Amino acid sequence: MPKDHGIGAAPKRREDVRFLTGTGQYTDDINVYGQTYCHFLRSDVAHGKITSIDTSEAEKMPGVVRIFTGKDFEGLGGLPCGWQVTDKHGAPMKEPGHPVLAQGKVRHVGDPIAAVVADSLEEARDAAEAIMVEIEDLPAVVDMKAALESGAAKVHDDLDDNLCYDWQFGSEQEAVDKAFAEAAHVSTLELVNNRLVANPMEPRVAVGEYNRANDESTLYTTSQNPHVIRLLMGAFVLNIPEHKLRVVAPDVGGGFGTKIFHYAEEAFVTWASRQINRPVKWTSTRSEAFMSDAHGRDHVTKIELALDKDNNFTGLRTDTYANMGAYLSTFSSSVPTWLHGTLMAGNYKTPAVQVNVKAVFTNTVPVDAYRGAGRPEATFQLERVVDKAARELGVDPIALRRQNFITEFPYATPVAVEYDTGDYVATMDKLEEMIDRAGFEARRKESESRGKLRGLGINCYIEACGIAPSNLVGQLGARAGLYDAATVRVNATGSISVMVGAHSHGQGHETAFPQVVAEMLGIDESMIDIVHGDSSKIPFGMGTYGSRSLAVCGSAMVRATEKIINKAKKIAAHLLEASEGDIELKDGQFTVAGTDKSVAWGDVTLAAYVPHNYPLEEIEPGLEETAFYDPANFTYPAGAYACEVEVDPETGKVTIERFAAADDFGNVVNPMIVEGQVHGGLAQGIGQAMLENCVYDESGQLLTASYMDYAMPRADDVPFYAVDHSCATPCTHNPLGVKGCGEAGAIGSPPSVVNAVIDALHSGGHKVEHIDMPVSPHRVWQAMQG
Amino acid sequence: MYSFDFERPTTLDDAVKALGQDEAQALGGGQTLIPSLKQRLAMPSKLVSLAAIEELKGVTAEGGVLTVGGGTTHGTVAAEASAYPALAALASNIGDPAVRNRGTVGGSLANNDPAACYPAAALASGATIVTNTREIAADDYFQGMFTTALDEGEIITAVKFPIPEKAAYIKFEQPASRFALVGVFVAKYSDGVKVAVTGASEEGVFRWTEAEEKLSADFSAGAVEGLSLPAEGMMSDLHGSGAYRAHLIGVLTKRAVAAAG
Repeated sequence: MPKDHGIGAAPKRREDVRFLTGTGQYTDDINVYGQTYCHFLRSDVAHGKITSIDTSEAEKMPGVVRIFTGKDFEGLGGLPCGWQVTDKHGAPMKEPGHPVLAQGKVRHVGDPIAAVVADSLEEARDAAEAIMVEIEDLPAVVDMKAALESGAAKVHDDLDDNLCYDWQFGSEQEAVDKAFAEAAHVSTLELVNNRLVANPMEPRVAVGEYNRANDESTLYTTSQNPHVIRLLMGAFVLNIPEHKLRVVAPDVGGGFGTKIFHYAEEAFVTWASRQINRPVKWTSTRSEAFMSDAHGRDHVTKIELALDKDNNFTGLRTDTYANMGAYLSTFSSSVPTWLHGTLMAGNYKTPAVQVNVKAVFTNTVPVDAYRGAGRPEATFQLERVVDKAARELGVDPIALRRQNFITEFPYATPVAVEYDTGDYVATMDKLEEMIDRAGFEARRKESESRGKLRGLGINCYIEACGIAPSNLVGQLGARAGLYDAATVRVNATGSISVMVGAHSHGQGHETAFPQVVAEMLGIDESMIDIVHGDSSKIPFGMGTYGSRSLAVCGSAMVRATEKIINKAKKIAAHLLEASEGDIELKDGQFTVAGTDKSVAWGDVTLAAYVPHNYPLEEIEPGLEETAFYDPANFTYPAGAYACEVEVDPETGKVTIERFAAADDFGNVVNPMIVEGQVHGGLAQGIGQAMLENCVYDESGQLLTASYMDYAMPRADDVPFYAVDHSCATPCTHNPLGVKGCGEAGAIGSPPSVVNAVIDALHSGGHKVEHIDMPVSPHRVWQAMQG
Repeated sequence: MYSFDFERPTTLDDAVKALGQDEAQALGGGQTLIPSLKQRLAMPSKLVSLAAIEELKGVTAEGGVLTVGGGTTHGTVAAEASAYPALAALASNIGDPAVRNRGTVGGSLANNDPAACYPAAALASGATIVTNTREIAADDYFQGMFTTALDEGEIITAVKFPIPEKAAYIKFEQPASRFALVGVFVAKYSDGVKVAVTGASEEGVFRWTEAEEKLSADFSAGAVEGLSLPAEGMMSDLHGSGAYRAHLIGVLTKRAVAAAG
């Protein structure tokens, strides 16, 4: 019997009432008295020297309050990067300045040159057109390999070249060389992990409001992590102390990583409001989003897998070029390194693994974390080369994977991380059951009878979530701790507000988090509310990304609730005139063990706030506790995915006929929300595999700058999914035993799609080894032409 | 969007008068023009909406001809052009419900987007484009990408589609926009077959006369087997090379013939 409340139950999402009835409060819904509107004049060339900016005509235009340029920001800091990567020679990464408004040069299409603040948006736009900017075009660097050639134009004049870092990680060189020297077979694959634009439904918005009466600034912004923004913007960019800076991220319509980062527009509206003493609002258009939101992925990789004569994996070597874009976005440097290299072992016991990454500056929009962040790139290359190896060796791709699975835990990989637990055999068994592999040949024949090619693609994945142990990431270069925090505030009559550092922008925290507290206290979920997104209301938390909310912030909430229970038991013991050690809490009742003497939850909470009969000499009145939780390790969700496609050999069009996902997320709090997260992740992974592609031309112009050319997945592009999370090996080091489910779908799905297409083409006699994503009809048809 | 004056006449005469003023522009369903205005890519001083002119709306079938008012929406054509099922099916697959409920046949033909669906239907049907001043044969009307025989201020009042014995339109969608990457309309009349291709050529919609000859002699998918067009002159972009588009024309023509039955 499924549970109907608490952990494991599937109550409908309470936040959906407002989301589905149009009553959410998004940043653009916020309008402040006296508000002005801001429009950014952005570069329409990829690379150029600004020779002059004349704002004199524009300043006379109606409604203009003030016009700002890079000059106005000369004394202020630039946008910081939150992760210092050390290259293979021990040198720190190159970290060029990232001004709020361009200073001297523009470095990508969309780079903001000037900002007009006016009484209305249309007036701001009109005035922006009257600003006279002269730009001397410079050659643009777009292709990463070309950017590293000697003589290439430099994105940053103060650097020697366009190489941000050259990073190497993993096993000793000797061990890797030996594995390849002694290999019975080596499979090699060169591939591209396509650049993506996150495209949350809600574009970015920022409202800056300065209050001269108390010298306080408030920034309302579309962020996944308001405290991170407050810290970065206050301390590094604008020099505003935290007690004078409030950051509010209200309802946020999707983040997918791209709303983690601190953006120029946030700093601008906050600072400009202080200058003009009026609130300043900026709302991104969709066109601006394409050229100013951090993009994702964009790796070019060569991967080599060495196998011995018995088909055991003996060595893995990768060489990746990772595009940083024109500037280092907040966490950009960590994505191709610590979020990618550390997952390169995958689900396999390969003894020698080496990862090489060159991070490259180009005249394109900065690239940073996007749903999965580094782990999809690792999974894609590994699971593609394993499939290729199976084909080259003529062995079953599932059997080859099974043979090489890690089966004993904990397992220390050659790439620094230690998997605490997992059962890859179980998820593969489950997957095989879900996909009816035995029936595949019959389905293939049926497709062939209609002139279609059918293919089955399999892959495994593992990822690292629950980001992250602060001492470890500190050693690796993170400039922040990655704990989280929760305050449980019990009110006098027993209802509870939980203030959390995590931020919900579609994940359903407002529903799932109360299930945990309700389970622990034995009270109804309706008595518990979650408060998030406002730095003036919540404890200092690091926000939501890396599938960390429940594993890290949820754990903090558990610790705080444990403190509440400890204190409440003391109060109950006093009320029951019993020893604290004899008090049991069950179903919202405190009982003296072995007796029928009890006191209800509400009586205890009332006593805490009306302490007439209360042990005041021993404990304080009130019932409110805060806990910070710093995880001991990452969590390692893992699983096996399968995709079955049909290819129309005449047109190259691929349709997904079946998709199955067997995931191990550890314990699950709300299975309905977990399924929804997997569905969303799969849609984005399938989007990357089949449709999405962000393309620049040689001059650095963005060719896919709107939905006319950037293909987002639509409902009819994705199949009905079969998903399962019954193969659960609970995380061993957090109190809930949870691992995280937000990114798995996006990480795990692209290789199975491409593996399936390659399988289909081989069944039709087309010896195609690889097709880069997206596997569009045009690309599939071209591959079939040979 | 820049500011502009707006008029919404209720008669054709008033619309013609309004469009006679400097830099006035007709607004049909606005599914292309409004996004352009929002992006500040167009700066008309006056927009003249044709949406309130009842005499431009409606679908009638008489004497083997389906007449569609220029201001008729795709949604209405999809619902009411039952006398010409292939045309109704084409209309039902344009854009999304919002586009179909606003966009009009007159607007689509006046814009002549090289990847739009209606131009293929008009050309393959040998339609007549009726305006406030004259009637224009489809063969004379389409003059290249975004270019038509319309004069400044001329309004499409109706389109007359001779109803074929058999017809079908097959659209292969560009994955992002879902406009036609290539679309082929095949229509069989007692005096021959017409094949019109949209989405492919740098010259906009065109008739594939070789295929028409073969199909006029033998209306079967096999009749065009092996027939192909050169890649030269075909559009080439992120979503498909000229060679791919040329190839698709052959595939879709066969499929359209098969679908026409």
